[in-house]
Amino acid sequence: MNRINRRDFLRLAGGSTLAAGVFGFPGLLLANTRKVVVVGGGVGGCTAAKYLRKLDPTLDVTLVEAKSHYTSCFMSNEVLSGDRSIESITFSYADLRDKYGVNVIIDSAVGIDPVAREVRTADGTRLAYDACVVSPGVDFKWEAIDGYDAQVAETIPHAWFAGPQTVTLRNQLLAMPDGGKVVIVAPPNPFKCPPGPYERASQIAMYCKHHKPKSKILILDPKAKFSKAGLFKQGWAQHYGFETDNAMIEWVGKEQGGTVSALDPSSGTVKAEAGDFHGDVVNIIPPQKAGKIAHIADLVDGDWCPVDKRTFESERHPGIYVLGDASSAAKMPKSAYAANSQAKVAVAAILARFAGQEPGEPTYVNTCYSIIAEEHGISVAAVYRLSEDGKVITSIEGSGGLSPMDASAEHRKREVTYAHSWFQNVIDDMMQ
Amino acid sequence: MKKTVRHLLLALLATSSAAQAAGPTAQALAFTCAGCHGTDGSSVGPSSPTIAGMDPDVFTDAMLDYKNEKRSSTIMKRIALGYTDEQIREMGFFFYRQQPRTKPQKTDPELVALGKSLHDSYCEKCHEEGGRPGDAGTLAGQWMPYLEHAMSDYLNDQRRWPRKMERKVKEAVKAEGERAVPALIQYYGSQN
Ligand SMILES: Cc1cc2nc3c(=O)[nH]c(=O)nc-3n(C[C@H](O)[C@H](O)[C@H](O)COP(=O)(O)OP(=O)(O)OC[C@H]3O[C@@H](n4cnc5c(N)ncnc54)[C@H](O)[C@@H]3O)c2cc1C
Ligand code: HEC
Ligand code: HEC
Repeated sequence: MNRINRRDFLRLAGGSTLAAGVFGFPGLLLANTRKVVVVGGGVGGCTAAKYLRKLDPTLDVTLVEAKSHYTSCFMSNEVLSGDRSIESITFSYADLRDKYGVNVIIDSAVGIDPVAREVRTADGTRLAYDACVVSPGVDFKWEAIDGYDAQVAETIPHAWFAGPQTVTLRNQLLAMPDGGKVVIVAPPNPFKCPPGPYERASQIAMYCKHHKPKSKILILDPKAKFSKAGLFKQGWAQHYGFETDNAMIEWVGKEQGGTVSALDPSSGTVKAEAGDFHGDVVNIIPPQKAGKIAHIADLVDGDWCPVDKRTFESERHPGIYVLGDASSAAKMPKSAYAANSQAKVAVAAILARFAGQEPGEPTYVNTCYSIIAEEHGISVAAVYRLSEDGKVITSIEGSGGLSPMDASAEHRKREVTYAHSWFQNVIDDMMQ
Repeated sequence: MKKTVRHLLLALLATSSAAQAAGPTAQALAFTCAGCHGTDGSSVGPSSPTIAGMDPDVFTDAMLDYKNEKRSSTIMKRIALGYTDEQIREMGFFFYRQQPRTKPQKTDPELVALGKSLHDSYCEKCHEEGGRPGDAGTLAGQWMPYLEHAMSDYLNDQRRWPRKMERKVKEAVKAEGERAVPALIQYYGSQN
């Protein structure tokens, strides 16, 4: 098995001068410690903070996060089925602080001054930065659905931020009588987690199948198609009688009048093009835009933040890097895996610039698992590169794609355990 | 040159030479795997395999087999097709340099003891030191559900057998029956 070849030997001969670069200590060469302020301790922000410190422990990294704990949206649909608890998806920032030496400030960022290079928090603290990372996630366009607002959402939850509303929705499912109706209003593109509403319907069906088998789940959708639709519909047919007289899940798309314009909160009735629909449990996922701080800090063009896709630096204000759901990173979807991958691209660019170098060639991956039934997992995967003109994050030809249709039961079952692995490893990679 | 020394040298140089070549560095490529395989390739489980410390030749063979559909997978074919053979080799050196961090798994002492004796008789010759990372891959400390998938793929002809391994596995099964494979897996899972 001797595989050393001529090329390897050439490397052995020619590589030695370069080795110095690898083991150099860039931080020691700098007069002042470089400061990075990260706004938003979700997937993008935590990953960036951890990897900045991991790759250059001389950096001064501060994470500003509004909440004391992170409750992950990913795997929160599994709380609805009762498959896991809300505690099992709630994590502390202690490791980022203690293991990685990140300064964690629990407070909201209320302003970013791109000229003075300063982040301001609600309690008045000013944090100077050499580079700023912004990963605030999404915010809702409350104006889109008449009668639905943040207040109403306390009782008719969106549960699109995992936390108290996830628990509310779970409790409503528990209280619902057998034979009850669940109405899910799906959002238009683009939104966080394209397969999320359909995985949610599956997880609710998984609960109902065992506990409330006469119940129905109706998805009202303003879109004509949705992520992994073929695989979802096949799984629904297999487990939940989809498209039979006895279907537990029904999907009403754009062409069938699935677009919803209003809610009557007192009766729990939504107004769609196809008519009025009453739900014993109603879950409305409103249309989305970049998180509030992105708008305050003038990082948006319309709803989302335009970025240089080689570095994730804002196209509106230099020195600020916008990641994750808030950025327009076409054609990457708004997912946790994408935010994790983007953070590493941004970190490499920030470190290169601190060292006075041009950022290198980026590489990105996305995958997204969905769990349709106890032993039925599916996935989508993509490996990307930057397009020649630098404008699009484009899928590498021949790679990625969906789990096969008609895969074996064993394949589907393995994808459930790999989905759980994905969850644990992504959390670990971002904050543990 | 002793193989491990050679690998270490190559690994060191791979990191530096990739920086001058066009395209993403080996480190940048390898970082994208962490969401499933853990930071620097040490998976926190419960089933996706740890690839830190993996022998670079075994790594490259695995990735090329996924790419060329010679080894069944739920997702790795779709991932592996995104990389050139050269990028795969570079990533192999990156992961080889990473120290695997294993976590304890729940095992049954009786099965572990049986597994150890089976391992010593039938597997140790190729999977040295109880299956620590080496030129027959990594078994010690690997996540047990992954090892179950691997063994079931071999036994169901979903993965080609390494030369001479089939005979040894079947001898072990002949000796201990249905308990043999679970016992071996428990033994590997018990090491960390
Ligand atoms: C039901 C559901 C299921 C999902 N399932 C998956 C899945 O299976 N796989 C997958 O890849 N993705 C999944 N996702 C998507 C995933 O959760 C997001 O894409 C991911 O969290 C995006 O990361 P982010 O860093 O952009 O934002 P987030 O993770 O949302 O983090 C944003 C953080 O910023 C904080 N913040 C916002 N503004 C401020 C401010 N002004 N000051 C301080 N802090 C602030 C917030 O409190 C929050 O902690 C799912 C989403 C949902 C809703
Ligand atoms: C979406 C999750 C996911 C991502 C991303 C991923 N892997 Fe995997 N990997 C798996 C799973 C699951 C397996 C087991 C085989 C299967 O079912 O696909 C595996 C198996 C492997 C193996 C075989 C291990 C062994 O012991 O033989 C190697 C090597 C590997 N992956 C390398 C990589 C590399 C390198 C990357 C990044 C470029 C990567 N993987 C990205 C999920 C992933
Ligand atoms: C003649 C040498 C040889 C013997 C004997 C042998 N193996 Fe292997 N085994 C290999 C090689 C080489 C690989 C590397 C993987 C590959 O090329 O697919 C391997 C791979 C494996 C894997 C897959 C690891 C992975 O990461 O996916 C398992 C599991 C395994 N062996 C178990 C066993 C068990 C159990 C025994 C004893 C009953 C055994 N092997 C005996 C050579 C051997």
